[in-house]
Amino acid sequence: MNAHDTSGTEGDGSPVTVLRAPIVLEYEYSAGQSASRFLRAIAEGRLLGQRCPVDGRVYFPSRGSCPQHAVTFGDEVVELSDKGTIVTFSIVRVPSKNIPLELPYITVNVLLDGADTILMHVLDADLDDVHMGMRVQAVWKPREEWTTSTENILFFRPIDEPDADYDSYKEHI
Amino acid sequence: MAELTAVVGIGQTKYEAKRDDLSMPGLVREAAERALADAGCSWADIDAVILGKAPDLFEGVMMPELFLNDALGGAYKPMLRVHTAGSVGGSTAIVAASMVQAGIHDRVLCVAYEKQSESNAIWALSISVPFSLATVAGAGGYFAPLVRGYIRRSGAPEDTGIRVAVKDRQNALRNPLAHLHLEDISFDLVANSPMLWDPIRYLETCPSSDGACALVMEKESLASRRPDKVAWIHATEMRSEPTMFSGRDQVMPRATLDNAKNLYRKAGITNPRREIDCAEIYVPFSWFEPMWMEGMLITERNQGWKMTYEGATAMDGDFPVNMSGGVLSSNPIGASGLIRFAEAARQVRGRADQHQVDGARKALGHAYGGGSQYFSTWIVSSEKP
Ligand SMILES: [Zn+2]
Repeated sequence: MNAHDTSGTEGDGSPVTVLRAPIVLEYEYSAGQSASRFLRAIAEGRLLGQRCPVDGRVYFPSRGSCPQHAVTFGDEVVELSDKGTIVTFSIVRVPSKNIPLELPYITVNVLLDGADTILMHVLDADLDDVHMGMRVQAVWKPREEWTTSTENILFFRPIDEPDADYDSYKEHI
Repeated sequence: MAELTAVVGIGQTKYEAKRDDLSMPGLVREAAERALADAGCSWADIDAVILGKAPDLFEGVMMPELFLNDALGGAYKPMLRVHTAGSVGGSTAIVAASMVQAGIHDRVLCVAYEKQSESNAIWALSISVPFSLATVAGAGGYFAPLVRGYIRRSGAPEDTGIRVAVKDRQNALRNPLAHLHLEDISFDLVANSPMLWDPIRYLETCPSSDGACALVMEKESLASRRPDKVAWIHATEMRSEPTMFSGRDQVMPRATLDNAKNLYRKAGITNPRREIDCAEIYVPFSWFEPMWMEGMLITERNQGWKMTYEGATAMDGDFPVNMSGGVLSSNPIGASGLIRFAEAARQVRGRADQHQVDGARKALGHAYGGGSQYFSTWIVSSEKP
C-alpha cells in the first residue's frame, strides 16, 4: 500500500513502501529594477522591451541585460504592439498541477511586432487552424483586474491578417 | 600534457519504473558496487567520488551528495556533486575524468542516479515564475515546438520520429537492464499511441525510471597493467549557452555545433561518420536522433532524418545509435547521460553482450540538457590515442 500522508493511514495490512511527505517552500522574490519597470508598465496595459547596445535587438520581456553579450541595457525602452506572429507551437494534452489551463491547450512561441525575442504563451483557437506564421493578438483581462503580471494577457487569439512570410520569423524557431 | 585516462569498471542497476526494493542510498550503492567489482577494486582503492543527478527538486532531497556520502564510501575523501540539468550524467563523467587527467587523483569513482518513482519531474520542470503565466508542461512541452521547427526546416517525413522510437525499443529487447521491453513494438503501435505534446506521441517519449550508473576511471600507468580491455578516453567536451536570447537557434544551438567541432579536433577525428563505429546519443524524444545527428556533425544540416530512414542508425547500419535502447527505453534522468557514456565504453571494451556492435573500436557518448543548452560528450576507444 501507499500511505498518502505522514499522519498514518488505515492500511489493508500490506507493508508501507512509500510515504508521501509534502514540503512547502515559501520565498521572497525581488523582481529587480528592469523587471519592475516592465511589470509596472504591463499593469497599465503597455508592453515594454529593451534594446541590446551590442546588436540592437529588442528583448521582451527584458531582464535588464543581454544573455548573449553579458552587457546591461540602458534606460531606453521600446514600446511594443500586442500583435505578433506564431513562430512555432504545440498542442498539449498532458496535465501539470501548476498550469491552470484545461486540456487540450495550444502553447505558442509568439514573436511580437517590434520584438526580437519570442514570448511563450497560449492561444485560443481551433486546434485544426493553428499554424506557423499565423497572425495573433493578445486578449487582455478586464482593465480593473490588471496587476503587475503577464497574466494580464489571458491568451492570444488569431486575427484577420495574412500569414507572415516564413523568412520573417524563421530565425526565431 | 594531461594524463591519459581509461574507464576500467562499469556498473549499472536494472532500470525500472519503481525500484521500491531499494532506497536512494541503496540504488547508488548497487551501481557503485558493480563498477568496483568490474574493476577488481575495493572501496579503499578509490581516491575521490564524483556524484551527479538532475535538479534536487525532483525528489525533494536537497544536497543529495551529503545524504549519500556514506553509501558511496566518501568518508575522508574528496566528494563533489555535479549538476548540468539533463546532461549531468555526461558532465559528471567529464569532471571525474578531469580529476585523473589533471594528475590530481589516480583512480576515481563516478556515480549518477535518479529515483523518478519518488519524484515528480513534470511538476519540477514546470515551475512558475512570479508575475508570469506558466504554460510549459514539462520537458515535452518545451521541446515539442522545437521538433515542429525541425520538421518545417528539414522537410523530414512526419513518421521519422516513429521509426526512431521503434528502432530504439527493438534494441532494448537485447539489453536486459533496459526499463522498457516492449515485445510487441511496431510502427502502428507507436503511430496509434496518444499525441501528448503534438507532434510528440506517447511512445515517442522516454519512460520515467529509477536507476543508477557508475564508472571507475584510472590513470594510464594503472590501466595499462590490466589484462582486460579498457576504454581509453580520447577526448571530452562540454558547452553551454543561455536558454533565451535573440536569434538563438533553439533547434540547432551553436553550443552543440561548437561542442562537436572541438570534440573531434581533440580526438583527431576528421570524418566522424566514418571514424566512429557507434554512438549512444541522448534522445529523450524520438526526433532528437535526427536532430543530434546534425548537431554532432555526423551528417549535413537538414539531412539527419535520412540516416534514420535509410537504416544507418540501426544495429546493422553504418552508424549504429543507441544500441542499448537509449533514453527512450530507460530514463533515470540524472543517470541517463552517464549511461550513454558507459554504454559507449562497453562497446569499445567488447563487453556489450547482446547489443555489441561487432569490432567497435571507437565510440561516441553524448548527453544534452536544459532547453538544449548544455552539451557533454566524449570519445572512447579500445586503443590508446
Ligand atoms: Zn546582446
